Amino acid sequence: MRQSFIARNPSVLIFLALLAVFTLAVTLMSHAMGAELLSTSFIKTLGRTLCLCLVAIAMDLVWGYCGILSLGHFAFFGLGGYMIGMWLMYARTEIIVAESLANAAIPPTPDEVRDAIGSQIFGVVGSSDFPAIWAFAHSLPLQLALVVLVPGLLALVFGWLAFRSRVTGVYLSILTQAMTLALSLYLFQNESGLRGNNGLSGLQNLPGVEAGQDWISLWFLWASALALGLGYVLCAWVVSGKFGSVVRGIRDDEARVRFLGYSVEGYKLFIFTFTAIIAAIAGALYYPQAGIINPGEVAPIASIYLAVWVAIGGRGRLYGAVIGAAVVSLVSTWFTGGMVPSIPLGVYTVDWVDWWLVLLGLSFVLVTLFAPKGIGGLVDLVSARVAPDRHGADYGPDKGALREEEGRE
Amino acid sequence: MSALLEVSGVSVSFDGFKAINNLSFSIGEAELRAIIGPNGAGKTTFMDIVTGKTKPDEGKVLWGELSRNLLKMREAKIAQAGLGRKFQRPTVFEDQSVFDNLLMALKNPRGAFACLFYRPTRADRARVGELAEEVGLAAFLSRTSGELSHGQKQWLEIGMLLAQEPRLMLVDEPAAGMTLAEREHTTDLLVSLAKTRAVVVVEHDMEFVRRLGCKVTVLHEGSVLAEGSLDHVTADPRVIEVYLGR
Repeated sequence: MRQSFIARNPSVLIFLALLAVFTLAVTLMSHAMGAELLSTSFIKTLGRTLCLCLVAIAMDLVWGYCGILSLGHFAFFGLGGYMIGMWLMYARTEIIVAESLANAAIPPTPDEVRDAIGSQIFGVVGSSDFPAIWAFAHSLPLQLALVVLVPGLLALVFGWLAFRSRVTGVYLSILTQAMTLALSLYLFQNESGLRGNNGLSGLQNLPGVEAGQDWISLWFLWASALALGLGYVLCAWVVSGKFGSVVRGIRDDEARVRFLGYSVEGYKLFIFTFTAIIAAIAGALYYPQAGIINPGEVAPIASIYLAVWVAIGGRGRLYGAVIGAAVVSLVSTWFTGGMVPSIPLGVYTVDWVDWWLVLLGLSFVLVTLFAPKGIGGLVDLVSARVAPDRHGADYGPDKGALREEEGRE
Repeated sequence: MSALLEVSGVSVSFDGFKAINNLSFSIGEAELRAIIGPNGAGKTTFMDIVTGKTKPDEGKVLWGELSRNLLKMREAKIAQAGLGRKFQRPTVFEDQSVFDNLLMALKNPRGAFACLFYRPTRADRARVGELAEEVGLAAFLSRTSGELSHGQKQWLEIGMLLAQEPRLMLVDEPAAGMTLAEREHTTDLLVSLAKTRAVVVVEHDMEFVRRLGCKVTVLHEGSVLAEGSLDHVTADPRVIEVYLGR
């Protein structure tokens, strides 16, 4: 009865194989490899989509498995992006400043260099001083640590306060949304120290890297694919054992789990923080590919989209979340990119750039009503047609029928 | 005989309605006790208080040799201390297999990290097998528990309660939805369990209580009306008036 992790979760292997094939195919069709089949910007879109799939897995874990409808996971995603963006902006500005000061008669002092970087970055919000939160921006390792620590600690503190007071269901959703809105409004202020509504820009340029964008886009695609693969395996492992049993139990009947002696709050806090960290890592990979991050990205609507993706893809199964995020975000890019021909209706022309949201909302309602398992539910239809595993049962209906062991002899 | 659980002077009211009124109750280490009473007598509220779901307005609930105050503990801690509860309506985790349900209930470290790195040992598997045998679900281990019949779910829940190895079992209407043969099995099981631990059975069915052959506590309007053997309490005129007379 003891089976290996892969044997119990065949979807993991299938998923990893598909991801590898996808990454290889995109790589071979890229500019960097000499082929002209996929544009660099499209490769960036694909790389970003992989990051969105990763944050969707995190959302599925917290919502589909643990039953917490968090409307704040895109805030953690955005925070991860801000943390890596600070280093990217600082380091690149430092290089530009160093070049411009290189020809000066007197070599600049470190303070002068720092001031020059400050006025370059914060000139747009009428300031030149570094706020305290930029204290570590000069160091990549420290800023990478903050990618995990800042959203992780925020989730830990927020979750501790919320779960401890037994806030559940729709009230918890509202609370997470309030947190997201508060964060977004704070970031919009120039005084927040993160350039207000300008956000951080120029993130697509890696400081000190000579390679062109065609290569950089490919590196990020690989990194995103790797993160997605590792994240998938890790999440599948977390939900596979007894921990997964308890977490699904919490989703279905919280009080019962409590009477079994499990501290429900501790489990919720673990899942909430763990998924916030995954979301932050996905964000840290996403925004260098997007090139810019601003407070609009953190707005509550983004977290609601995340829930829509997971619902359409299929809650409670990791590949469902991936399918949902990939399909909906790519279709969304297709529709809003003006690539879909408008439908002239005589008196009115259906312009998909405007009508896409209506279509998305409609499909969300339809999926919720008629296919609660989402797109991932199609897998059940297929697997139901494959003959089930009947090993161990008698061969026939009669008492005297041979058992499987006897028949084999 | 030292008391395992001692409830004294407990009162609780919901919106002015006194659900439990100055209730005192105690049970020893290895004792079987039946609690009977009409609807609204406070049986379920009593169980909620003992298991930590409801906090009483006043009174004391003490537990074990160290006389720990259960009112200061959260549900999970109380359960870990050795108090197991079976609900009236079977509540099993329907989208998980019988094996997973039993494994979750099995007495093992309950912490999140301990659980994350937990892999069932040979002994744990054997124990789950034994329990399934005991409650007649050995052939259903890999089945999803939502597919079981109502009676089988009752048994699964009893199995989960056994897996917890509690020192005190609170069993709410264990025989509901069971056939006659199953009822007999249940009474035998409860009687044998009560040899090593305390068992409190809340039940409506007088026949069932009679077969348990134990001390009976009659609740009425949130307090104890009578206590003693079944014959003793059924002879009590007040009991006849409020409960049996109807």
